[in-house]
Amino acid sequence: MSENQIMKISVSRYRPETDKEPYLQDFEVPYRKETSLLEALNYIKDFLEPELSFRWSCRMAVCGSCGMMVNGVPKLACKTFLRDYAGKSMKIEPLANFPIERDLVVDISDFIEKLERIKPYIIPSKEDENKPLTEGYIQTPQQMTSYLQFAQCINCGICYAACPQYKLNKNFIGPAALTLAYRYNIDSRDAGAAERMKLLSLDEGVWSCTFVGYCSQVCPKHVDPASAIQLGKKASAIDYVIKMFKPGEEE
Amino acid sequence: MEIIKTDVAIVGAGGTGLRAAIAVAEQDPTTKIALISKVYPMRSHTVAAEGGAAGVIGEDDTLEKHFEDTVAGGDWLCEQDVVDYFVAHTTEELFQLEHWGCPWSRKPDGRVNVRRFGGMKVPRTWFAADKSGFHMLHTLFQTSIKYPSIQRFDEHFVLDLLEEDGQIKGVVTYDIQNGVCRTIIAKSVILATGGAGRAYSFNTNGGIVTGDGMALAYRHGVPLRDMEFVQYHPTGLLGCGVLMTEGCRGEGGILVNKDGYRYLQDYGLGPETPVGQPKNKYMELGPRDRVSQAFWNEQKKGRTIKTPLGDAVHLDLRHLGRDYLHERLPLICELAMAYAGVDPAESPVPIRPVVHYTMGGIETDGKTATRKPGLYAAGECASVGIHGANRLGSNSLVETIVFGKVAGIEAANYAKSVQFGNEANLTKQAEEIVLKATRLFEDSTGTESCSKIRHEMGDSMEEGVGIYREEESMQKTIDTLKALQKRYKNIKIKDTSGRVFNTEFLNAIELGYTLDVAECMANSAINRKESRGSHQRLDGPDGAYKKRDDVNFLKHTLAFKNGDDVPTISYSDVKITRFKPAERVYGAAAEDAEKKRQQEAAK
Repeated sequence: MSENQIMKISVSRYRPETDKEPYLQDFEVPYRKETSLLEALNYIKDFLEPELSFRWSCRMAVCGSCGMMVNGVPKLACKTFLRDYAGKSMKIEPLANFPIERDLVVDISDFIEKLERIKPYIIPSKEDENKPLTEGYIQTPQQMTSYLQFAQCINCGICYAACPQYKLNKNFIGPAALTLAYRYNIDSRDAGAAERMKLLSLDEGVWSCTFVGYCSQVCPKHVDPASAIQLGKKASAIDYVIKMFKPGEEE
Repeated sequence: MEIIKTDVAIVGAGGTGLRAAIAVAEQDPTTKIALISKVYPMRSHTVAAEGGAAGVIGEDDTLEKHFEDTVAGGDWLCEQDVVDYFVAHTTEELFQLEHWGCPWSRKPDGRVNVRRFGGMKVPRTWFAADKSGFHMLHTLFQTSIKYPSIQRFDEHFVLDLLEEDGQIKGVVTYDIQNGVCRTIIAKSVILATGGAGRAYSFNTNGGIVTGDGMALAYRHGVPLRDMEFVQYHPTGLLGCGVLMTEGCRGEGGILVNKDGYRYLQDYGLGPETPVGQPKNKYMELGPRDRVSQAFWNEQKKGRTIKTPLGDAVHLDLRHLGRDYLHERLPLICELAMAYAGVDPAESPVPIRPVVHYTMGGIETDGKTATRKPGLYAAGECASVGIHGANRLGSNSLVETIVFGKVAGIEAANYAKSVQFGNEANLTKQAEEIVLKATRLFEDSTGTESCSKIRHEMGDSMEEGVGIYREEESMQKTIDTLKALQKRYKNIKIKDTSGRVFNTEFLNAIELGYTLDVAECMANSAINRKESRGSHQRLDGPDGAYKKRDDVNFLKHTLAFKNGDDVPTISYSDVKITRFKPAERVYGAAAEDAEKKRQQEAAK
């Protein structure tokens, strides 16, 4: 591929103070084979349109800031390369299913509240509560493997932008938060599954998912939330059956 | 303007800020905490740390060995009593994170595993594959949710500190999401804002790493200490600067020049060790300053590889095999593929040194207190005294939690001993601060482009205050920075109506912070007329500055704000308790020196 080709990028603009609704602004950006969409946006901001706002930081697909819609597909800007759109154009819009704050920035506070709600931390058993700081838990590599994939989520919100269920029902806890709950439930150090299960088994919990699986397709870190939710359904069903036969056991 | 009252305000919610907040909450649940961050906590740059965190755990390891590695690694510019405290508290903090759910990589028997790292005698680096910072940060963030006394102010950017009678009494913030300013009155304030790598054009740092906290403290009369010591990490990807962790070499990766020659043996790090058998403190496991300097010398000799993105050497990982690479270095494989188009299992990765870390920072005592009552600092933004002239890889991640905790406890205790400042006074001060910041909006006569100033600053820092330094080029950078400061006073903000998420305004304020920090780096550097750790000079009468000079420069540099002029530079003593300065050697020379020391000790 020759150096410095030109890409036409249409970027969604919206300022709450002055604009009634979002509109598209076109830019022409020179690029080479290494140029990411994030670099292209920074080029626009530095040289063409200083007003343009978007979130970004790490440039290496780990901070989770720069999720946005690229030709209708939710992606990380730093891991999207202009070379893959050679000969086409690019339309960049804010992440779907979230309210727009400005330009490419969305309000993700609903997602953050959901993360907080599912108790995403180790709830130790009574005997482990005062474990001394001179030792760790014994956790074999196999035990770790069971949850490790589900601990790779960077909270970018891309799965919420992809989720047809979240689009219809904002009460749905959603892929990333449900995955995180499952991650802690199956961590051998945790004893809080029963507490979290109350939330997961609600209508807005795992049972809201219709298993479209688009969340797993778009996840930039291959976390596979769809599979975590299906496993969560299994756990929820078992929990339900146990409670049916042993009422009063819990609490 | 909305006023919030809290006991402890923490600025920054990366590893340090989160650990500090949890420490305050655990000490006393009735102590109110405001955790303020310009990004959501999990976006903080701790997230990008890859290799791991040092903590003595192996049977053949001791606190004394970690102490010696750290002090010698820092070329004796460390506060030895602080290093003692540090090494004694790393392991318990790492176990604490383990209890909170951090997925440290394990041995087959289920106990925590450790890996080799540069400049360390013994494998003592705890790691979570090559996503150690990511897992630490998410573990801390998720754990922090447990504590109701931690009130988060996400996406709140600090415009200034509030000061009354020489004491720090709160902060003024710009709530980025809602486009309003908000004053947080506090009894004590902890700065935990990270480094300032964005002062340079080519760096591994996220866009947010702009030295905010350093500049805030500096503007309030606290000196920045040892700012000339800027770490170049030896292995960054070309073009973007994305980091290839030192863990690559810890696991056995090698560095070769254009002839396929392992050139580090020519720079006091040899003899060559067999491929696939990494040996601590030899060759690729030398300290970062030495390995980066070796690249510079290879480049001078014309032995680097020419690529369209500049000169490179090769990081070769192929002999480790695909399965092992995917187990130990999955992120490296992903990043090399995405950003360099190279599969490390198939081809060597082109890399070069890249600005990574600021060893210096806000001067604090060993308990994170600055000289300004009520103001504490910890993590990369601070200079607590453990890194000296060169930081060892895996000492900074663990610094965030060891000294984050100390800062939390100290600031909480201080908060209990004082009253809030006078609300009327502080409110008035806050209004003036907001007025001053938003003058950028009102005054539309400016003509200078912020991004242009930023690019010129970064390029000038690379040229004048890079791996090797000379008087003339440093002076040129100092002059450039001064001119940029002047131009900065005349910047143009195009969007003067937007309040919500106005990143043009935000970036302009950040640039002001970074410029101040860059000036401290350059002026501290030109005044240190010797070579030590990451500060290497090529000049002086008969090349006198090429050597370490313990007579004149076994001292910390202090940079004080001096109005609009260049910073005033002065010096303070280094605390040396038991480890006397000696020649800093690696490879076989280190083993000889060690033997000699033991023989002398036996006498």
